[in-house]
Amino acid sequence: MSSIVLPSGKVDGFKADHKYSTPTRRPIEPVGRYFLAHASRTLRGHTWSEFEKLEAEKNVKQIEKNEDDDLGDEEQSEELLEHDPREWKTANLYAVLGLSHLRWKANEDQIRRAHRKQVLKHHPDKKSASGGLEHDSFFKIIQKAFEIMLDPIKRKQYDSIDTINDPKPPTKSKDYDFFEVWTPIFESESRFSNKQPVPKLGDINSTKDEVDQFYTFWSKFDSWKTFEFKDEDVPDDTANRDHKRYIERKNISNRKKLKQEDNKRVIDLVERAHNEDPRIKLFKEQAKKEKAAKKWDREAGSRKAAEEIAAKKAAEEEAAKKAAEEAAASKANSKKAKEAAKAAKKKNKRNIRNAVKDNGYFGDESKATTIDADVDLLIEKFDDIRLGEVANKVKDQDASSVKQILQDVAKELASAGSIDVSHLKYFN
Amino acid sequence: MSVIGITFGNTSSSIAVASGDSKVDVIANPDGDRAIPSALSYINSDEYHGNQALSRIIRNPESTVVNFRDFIGKKFSEINDKFSYGAKPQDDNDSIIYQINGEKISVSDLAAKHFKQLKLAAEDYIGKEVEGAVLTVPTNFTEHQREEIIKIAEKAGLKILQLINEPSAALLANLSEDNKLDQDKIYVVGDFGGIRSDGAIISVRGGVMTILSTLHEYGLGGDLLDDSLSEFFAKEFEKKYQVNPRKNNRSLAKLKAESIVVKKTLSNVQTSTCSIESLAEGFDFHTSINRLRYELTARQPLSKMTEFIEKLIEKAGLEPLDIDEVLLVGGSSNTPKLASNISYLFPESTKIVSPSLDSQALDPSELIARGAALQASLIQSFDESEIKESLQPIVVNTQHLNKPIGIKDSEGKFQPILVAETAYPIKKSIEVTNGESSSVVVELYEGKRTIKETVVERQPESEEEEEDDDSDESDEEPEIKKEVVYEVGTKLAELGLNDLKPNAKLEVVVNITQNGVLHLTGRELKQGGQVVKGEITSN
Repeated sequence: MSSIVLPSGKVDGFKADHKYSTPTRRPIEPVGRYFLAHASRTLRGHTWSEFEKLEAEKNVKQIEKNEDDDLGDEEQSEELLEHDPREWKTANLYAVLGLSHLRWKANEDQIRRAHRKQVLKHHPDKKSASGGLEHDSFFKIIQKAFEIMLDPIKRKQYDSIDTINDPKPPTKSKDYDFFEVWTPIFESESRFSNKQPVPKLGDINSTKDEVDQFYTFWSKFDSWKTFEFKDEDVPDDTANRDHKRYIERKNISNRKKLKQEDNKRVIDLVERAHNEDPRIKLFKEQAKKEKAAKKWDREAGSRKAAEEIAAKKAAEEEAAKKAAEEAAASKANSKKAKEAAKAAKKKNKRNIRNAVKDNGYFGDESKATTIDADVDLLIEKFDDIRLGEVANKVKDQDASSVKQILQDVAKELASAGSIDVSHLKYFN
Repeated sequence: MSVIGITFGNTSSSIAVASGDSKVDVIANPDGDRAIPSALSYINSDEYHGNQALSRIIRNPESTVVNFRDFIGKKFSEINDKFSYGAKPQDDNDSIIYQINGEKISVSDLAAKHFKQLKLAAEDYIGKEVEGAVLTVPTNFTEHQREEIIKIAEKAGLKILQLINEPSAALLANLSEDNKLDQDKIYVVGDFGGIRSDGAIISVRGGVMTILSTLHEYGLGGDLLDDSLSEFFAKEFEKKYQVNPRKNNRSLAKLKAESIVVKKTLSNVQTSTCSIESLAEGFDFHTSINRLRYELTARQPLSKMTEFIEKLIEKAGLEPLDIDEVLLVGGSSNTPKLASNISYLFPESTKIVSPSLDSQALDPSELIARGAALQASLIQSFDESEIKESLQPIVVNTQHLNKPIGIKDSEGKFQPILVAETAYPIKKSIEVTNGESSSVVVELYEGKRTIKETVVERQPESEEEEEDDDSDESDEEPEIKKEVVYEVGTKLAELGLNDLKPNAKLEVVVNITQNGVLHLTGRELKQGGQVVKGEITSN
């Protein structure tokens, strides 16, 4: 592809030799996209690569803008082209204008542009020029359609009855995806609502509130559909006034009838959707479950109370029993202790008496009765503690120390005043 | 948003609208004319426009105005009304007025009325309000005239987005049609109107147009062709009936109207009839004329037009060899003889764009309006301030290379990268190869223009003919074919690319920035290939 072959030779790097000739300053012509490119480069100081990037972005946007260009380019069917212009009301007027993909969504601008294209294509002059016969029947329908489409009232009337291509509800027996089928139905039906916006069908995850709102709206659906388009033509000759009035009356009643039928159709539609809505079933089941759970909850409460009472009772009984037992035990214990203490006292007393007796009354056998009397007196005056002490002291002691101990105790008691020294005959 | 292109000529005007993808519709007015005569006629309180006005010139020449475009923004003392017919312009304190039915009406009022009619026709066709327009003017319209015409259009409710020159608009339309805008060529745009001829030589470099030279001639145009036809018919009528039809204004007007029809017919077919009822003194006139007769009759104006193109090229300091294409614009360009006459001026390699030579060519009278519509659609998304900014001298006045810049190939020939008259900033690259050698030099040169003459050997003709034309043959000089060839001139820079594989792909990029610095880059076209760069400046 590149046929230019460079001369061979060896040069290292770059070498500038000469300056290039002086340029001339000239005005360039401010036309064409290359000029615009030049201008934006010069003004914004974009480098070439930046500029190319911007251009690329721009091109994408332009392609998006032109998507409306093929408006009205669609071909009419043979049948439609042969349609009797006297029966123009039965023709699909949007298809006539080549707008059957847009229908009621077509705006005025689109209608005008589509009409222009159709006129250019189907003008009788053009047809006869291309060798065809003077055949303007389709052109008449085009003009009629254009007239209807541009009058907002007439267009509403036509849109009211242009429902042939609307999505239809499925036959009952078949299995189908509820949302896939019903969403387009309600969407297309919602264009007839006087109240806008119309709530959407939603999906399986819609909340109960949303679903309820949806069905309340649709059950009270208020449509602007009118059926003047289906009127029988009122004869405009004044010859037969009665006949004219008869037709007028008939039209009015017919309109009423059609309107009623349509309202009924919507109500049936909504009812059917409601019946087949998986969410409604879901909500019902959910409600049922909730009820059951609630009931269970309620019962659980009372059960718990009863259990608590029983437990309390048992605990109380137990406590009482325990208390009684404890009381009994403590009673028994104190008796035993008393007896033990008594026994110990007796034992101590005996030990003291025996200590005196065993030591041979300190050598004074003769005074045995006086010593015994004194010891008895001392023992009598001892409290429980002193008795134990003395008993321990005198245990296994020789005569003199026993005597000494008893004399010390007697002195202590005497100094304490609890014993009268005169009463003691031996230990004084 | 709907924007249109308008061309306002002395003789006729056109309106066009571009509808995306550079598809352009030339709009016909309610009378069905695409070339709408720039004529206004006032009868009682009625205003007539276009062809309706033009046809009234027979009966009401004094209240019908034609050919007033060039008077816009001029003083009475500056104008030359030799070529106008219909109502005559008059002096009113040095401003130009027309006396119509006893009322004074200024040129700008007339133009405003004309614009209003054009706007109406456009809106009728588009079905939307026209929000802006691009208007074309001749290259020699003064700054004052340009301002004036914008004011007039604004008065008529037309917002002028941009004024552009007629020849560049025509060229834009022609090049956009086949997407040839990116070819670097030099064009001659010859615009032959009704009462004036304009010529421009435009170079297109990287899609940017530069007018190299212009030439204007008043009085030369289609009216001269009509007049010669009228004169021919008048003579014939006089011979037949011994009545001179030139004495009577109405007869003259009738003759002229019919001549225009005959002229247009003869552009398409070989013969045409001419029939005028009651041309003079009640005599009807019927005759027929063939194209050859017409071409002979109109030889003088036709050769003047050819001369005009010759003068234009001379004025630019160029030679016919330098011209790549000739674009014929204006109603008179439909004349087949004009195109063939002009084609003889140029070597065979030069293409003449005219409907008689190329049936695919666009209607020459619509070209300018088409270009304006294209420009309108291009700039419609811009703000007023953005457009204004783009028209600043800093943007428009650009440096142009004086000599081509290119490289030398292995055979020592000059291979241009940037041709002469290229406006910069510009960036251009070419792909080259190293052939078998492992290291090569990129040598940047300025080109030197030379004319190569080759003698074309005449094909030996068959014996019989040779005998017949013996005397002719000997007279004839050997045919010399001339060609412009650029040879290497001053060496600007060189750079080396070494250690290459045989037949590697290389790229040479020349980038001239706005401040005139030329960056030369040589690189190997592969991942991580070597790159050698450097820069030079101008004198």
